[in-house]
Amino acid sequence: MAEPRFTTDLSGLPDYAFGHRSLTWWGVMAFMVIEGVAFAMAIAAYFFLMNHQDHWPPQPVLPPNLLAGILFTLVMLASEIPNTMIKKAAEKLETGPVRIGLVVMTLIGIVLFVIRAFEFASLNVSWTDNPYGSVIWMLLVLHTSHILTDWVDTATLTALMFTRHGESGRRFADVSENSLYWRFVWLVWLPIYLLIYWVPRWVA
Amino acid sequence: MRPVGRALALLAPLALAACDGIQSTTGGDGWHGERFNSLFTLFMIVTGIAYVLVLAFLAAAMLRRRGEGRDGPGESEAPDEGGVSRTLVGWIGLIALGLTILTLGSYFADRGAARAAANPALEIKVTANQWWWDVEYVGATPQATVRTANELHLPVGVPAHIILVSNDVIHSFWIPNLAGKQDMIPGRVLDATLTPSHVGEYRGQCAEYCGVQHAHMALDVKVESRSDFLRWRAAQLLPARPPTTPLQQAGYNYFMGRECSACHNITGTSANAQVAPDLTHLASRKTIAAGTLPMTRGHLYGWVADPQGPKPGNNMPYIGLEPAELHAVVAYLESLK
Amino acid sequence: MSDERTRELRDGPNLTGEALHDRLAGTWSRRPGLIGWFTTVDHKEIGRRYMVTAMIFFALAGILGLLIRTQLAKPDSGLITADRYNQIFTMHGTTMMFLFAVPVMEAMAIYLVPLMLGTRNISFPRLNAFSYFVYLAGGVMVWVAFLLNVGPDAGWFSYVPLAGPEFSPGKRVDFWAQMVTFTEVAALAVAVELVSTILKQRAPGMSLARMPLFVWGVLVTALMVIFSMPSIALTSSMLIGDRLVGTQFFNPVEGGDPLLWQHLFWFFGHPEVYIIFIPALGFVSQITETFCRRPVFGYPVMVLALVSIGLLAFGLWVHHMFATGLPRVGYSFYTAASMAVAIPSGIQIFCWIATIWLGRPRYQTPLLYVVAFVVTFVVGGLSGVMVASVPLDLQLHDSYFVVAHFHYVLIGGAVFPLLGAFTYWFPKITGRMMSDPIGKWSLGLLFAGFNIAFFPMHFLGMMGMPRRVYTYPAGMGWDQLNMIATVGAFITAAAVLLFVLNALVSLKRGRVAGADPWGGSSLEWAVSSPPPAYNFAHIPVISSRTPLWDAPSGMPVATGLAVEHRELLLTSVLDAVPDVREPSVDPSPWPFIAAISTTALFIASIFTPWALVWLSIPTAATLIAWFWPKPGGALEAGRG
Repeated sequence: MAEPRFTTDLSGLPDYAFGHRSLTWWGVMAFMVIEGVAFAMAIAAYFFLMNHQDHWPPQPVLPPNLLAGILFTLVMLASEIPNTMIKKAAEKLETGPVRIGLVVMTLIGIVLFVIRAFEFASLNVSWTDNPYGSVIWMLLVLHTSHILTDWVDTATLTALMFTRHGESGRRFADVSENSLYWRFVWLVWLPIYLLIYWVPRWVA
Repeated sequence: MRPVGRALALLAPLALAACDGIQSTTGGDGWHGERFNSLFTLFMIVTGIAYVLVLAFLAAAMLRRRGEGRDGPGESEAPDEGGVSRTLVGWIGLIALGLTILTLGSYFADRGAARAAANPALEIKVTANQWWWDVEYVGATPQATVRTANELHLPVGVPAHIILVSNDVIHSFWIPNLAGKQDMIPGRVLDATLTPSHVGEYRGQCAEYCGVQHAHMALDVKVESRSDFLRWRAAQLLPARPPTTPLQQAGYNYFMGRECSACHNITGTSANAQVAPDLTHLASRKTIAAGTLPMTRGHLYGWVADPQGPKPGNNMPYIGLEPAELHAVVAYLESLK
Repeated sequence: MSDERTRELRDGPNLTGEALHDRLAGTWSRRPGLIGWFTTVDHKEIGRRYMVTAMIFFALAGILGLLIRTQLAKPDSGLITADRYNQIFTMHGTTMMFLFAVPVMEAMAIYLVPLMLGTRNISFPRLNAFSYFVYLAGGVMVWVAFLLNVGPDAGWFSYVPLAGPEFSPGKRVDFWAQMVTFTEVAALAVAVELVSTILKQRAPGMSLARMPLFVWGVLVTALMVIFSMPSIALTSSMLIGDRLVGTQFFNPVEGGDPLLWQHLFWFFGHPEVYIIFIPALGFVSQITETFCRRPVFGYPVMVLALVSIGLLAFGLWVHHMFATGLPRVGYSFYTAASMAVAIPSGIQIFCWIATIWLGRPRYQTPLLYVVAFVVTFVVGGLSGVMVASVPLDLQLHDSYFVVAHFHYVLIGGAVFPLLGAFTYWFPKITGRMMSDPIGKWSLGLLFAGFNIAFFPMHFLGMMGMPRRVYTYPAGMGWDQLNMIATVGAFITAAAVLLFVLNALVSLKRGRVAGADPWGGSSLEWAVSSPPPAYNFAHIPVISSRTPLWDAPSGMPVATGLAVEHRELLLTSVLDAVPDVREPSVDPSPWPFIAAISTTALFIASIFTPWALVWLSIPTAATLIAWFWPKPGGALEAGRG
């Protein structure tokens, strides 16, 4: 081949970026879409099964008890405050607030696991009883698996931010994407919460 | 030759083979079958034109052989692209026109089928099982209800409403000469309407994979004149003939005393189980084991001696009858006309 | 940081040619030997592995196809037992769809897309390596199960309740469902990599409107994977739930519904066909362009056609369910939508032929594959229009007519272009040309064998022969046609064998190809054959759709990427304006270790649900180790 003609110099470009300028953001977005579609399909399955039943929940099953679900939802919504704080701090490369925020989020995760355990106990049905039981257990398990993976992710990032790896700009970008993912986790909870706790009351 | 045969004959002489046969979609022996043939002919014409146009354009493009010898990478000369673009617009219009014709054609054919189902004169319940068909002619009273298996008799020209249910997995009810298929889904009650237009013998077969013996789940269909049908129905209503010879009597005794009566029903005897095909008039049928074997003495021997031989995996177990027992049971079964 | 930046060694006028090559090769090459093999993250090496593995599965599934045809050559054949036959046809379909067709298309994309875009590696390269090992493990698992006589036997679409716990006891269907899990994980991972690579790693100046049509096809396909595969992942999990932990989703006795399975399966299953077929359309476009020595006619319409096929694919799933007794009104919609696919397909066919018409075609083997593709695929497309009609489909559905239809679409529409693509890119991948005369012979034999095998099946279907029967009685009029089909199947197999032999011999003895043996227009032909580990010494700068044709005096390039650690260029999504220098990861053993752990988890969970709990701990540990930055080294790009 002929001699290359040099027309563009890239050396002045940054070596990390936030948001849609980073590759990680696209990866996280794609996984959110994949999981979002899975949730949408699970919700579609819920309505499909509901349409083929005379009673929802089937008699004599009672709808889930409300307390644990309400508590979980409130903690989940409240967690967006530290989450937003972390995201903003990360984009300003502020190590201190990011560290504190991540520790708080890790602790909130543990609180959520405890409440979630009570939620499972208040469903009033087993997954083996009928399709109603199967589908609400599926929704709750599916969502719990997201809480779990995000918690492992957050805990790992928290540990990282306390090491010298935390000083890199790219690590702050990862923190920012992690906060983005948490938003997804609580956003998908809202329709699932209605399906598990309220739709059985409304259609009964 | 029927119209579809003519259309197919344009394509390949092989098509001729499709015109007759007891299990043929182009048989056209029922209301739906006739519509299928006209609609299929329409589709053959439209898609045939499309295919010929594509091949002609391809051949023309290849035969132009513009500058094949010249070497070197592509140049951006653009000869006559405007003409090609206009042709593309025409081509899209042509496809859209063809699709509109075909969509309307199939829409009206489908609507016609729904209307034809409006006034059935006969109600038959067909229950699919792994791997046989339970057939019930629903009468006004339970006593007027005929129950048989793996054989469907229909009066010619009479719309018959077929109620389709399944006892286990998904099956599909398909008698190609008479109509398209309808799945039979456990937990649902579905239906089909058959209006046969010719007297004759046909064959249906399960069209949804339903397990190990899906291949051996056929249904013999006999379309008869109305009087023949009524005669058949009246005969089927009778209880089974009592045994008349000592050998038949011995077979009867074995049947009632051994495993047979645990699953099969023979009306008029103490065998009244419902999990396997009804045998009250077994010997009047054309085949054994859902079309697996022709109804002959030899095949009855073979079947009763070892049902797992010709149809491995089916639900009739190997009983292990002694030769004398086998001889007697077959003699009794043969008498169930 | 700016101090560090100025000290870093970068490519440019002062560092080019041999000196640059040595340095980049040192940075981007993998370790030699077995450890290098297990730790590499080079998209070309992973892509080659995917190709070879997928082709082995293709051969295995082909052998099963021959067994099927041998059994059906004669009526009442006792060659293969019913039980074995049902495993064979299930494995034939499952292997062809999940282990050959989708992976081989992704393999081609993994190999070609970074080269066509002018970048040095795919995005998330460790995820790419991981996906391969997971795919391999899933395929090996289901095949070992089959060879041990616990192969799945409920068909490739595993309809419930037949596939449920009551009617398929034992582990057979569990292996099927778990194989789906493996291949979904792999396919989704690759789809994510491809989408982000295509959107963010294009060479400067390669706006969306300058992407090669193959890359467009891959983009549409990857998005379809992302939107369709979660459905099968969910529904196969529900099936596993019913089978292993007693959920009641599909059990009609408890109010569950078998049709829920069909909806969720075909919401994936129909797009699946297009996931296989759209990359093949991309092959056809690339080949046609090169061998007609002019750009493909109607680029904007071609892109629109690809996108609209991708969208329509999600509105068609019910046409697999016309016989299930759904409300008739809805059917008309699905009929119209299914037929509408003929419009974008017809446009594409027209544009390729128009390219031949307007160009100066050279009839070498790859272009002849395109011709064979048009002649066969259009038959499959037109029979597809027939089965889109409800009254026709109710007859033709689940008969041999449909078997003929989808083999015309999948072999004519996807395998022919694939073999043409192998012939076309073989010199790029291996550095040597395949024999053109033998290539033409194998194509001719394939074309003849394929049509002899599958054309008669249209008639068999019309004559009432249902699918998936292990035998049929004599006297149905089916005997001769079945025998002809079997003969054709063996001719087809001989043709594929000849193709493989040609490839193997050419690997050693083929003519040395050079960088650009065909006079191609896209960027992969700008690098040597086979390409170096780092792909491009300098990142090319693009100003047209056919850069190699339009820059005869040497390609303009960009400078300034790091040389001593792995670095990629990210550009903006629409116009590919240079934006960020992104570090790219080094080789790592963790993707392989994580794949082993994931495999253990998936397989063990067939035997006890507790495996999900216990084995997720080592799996999580391996994933954390994977993402934990190397001391002092370049950093992995986040999640995924």
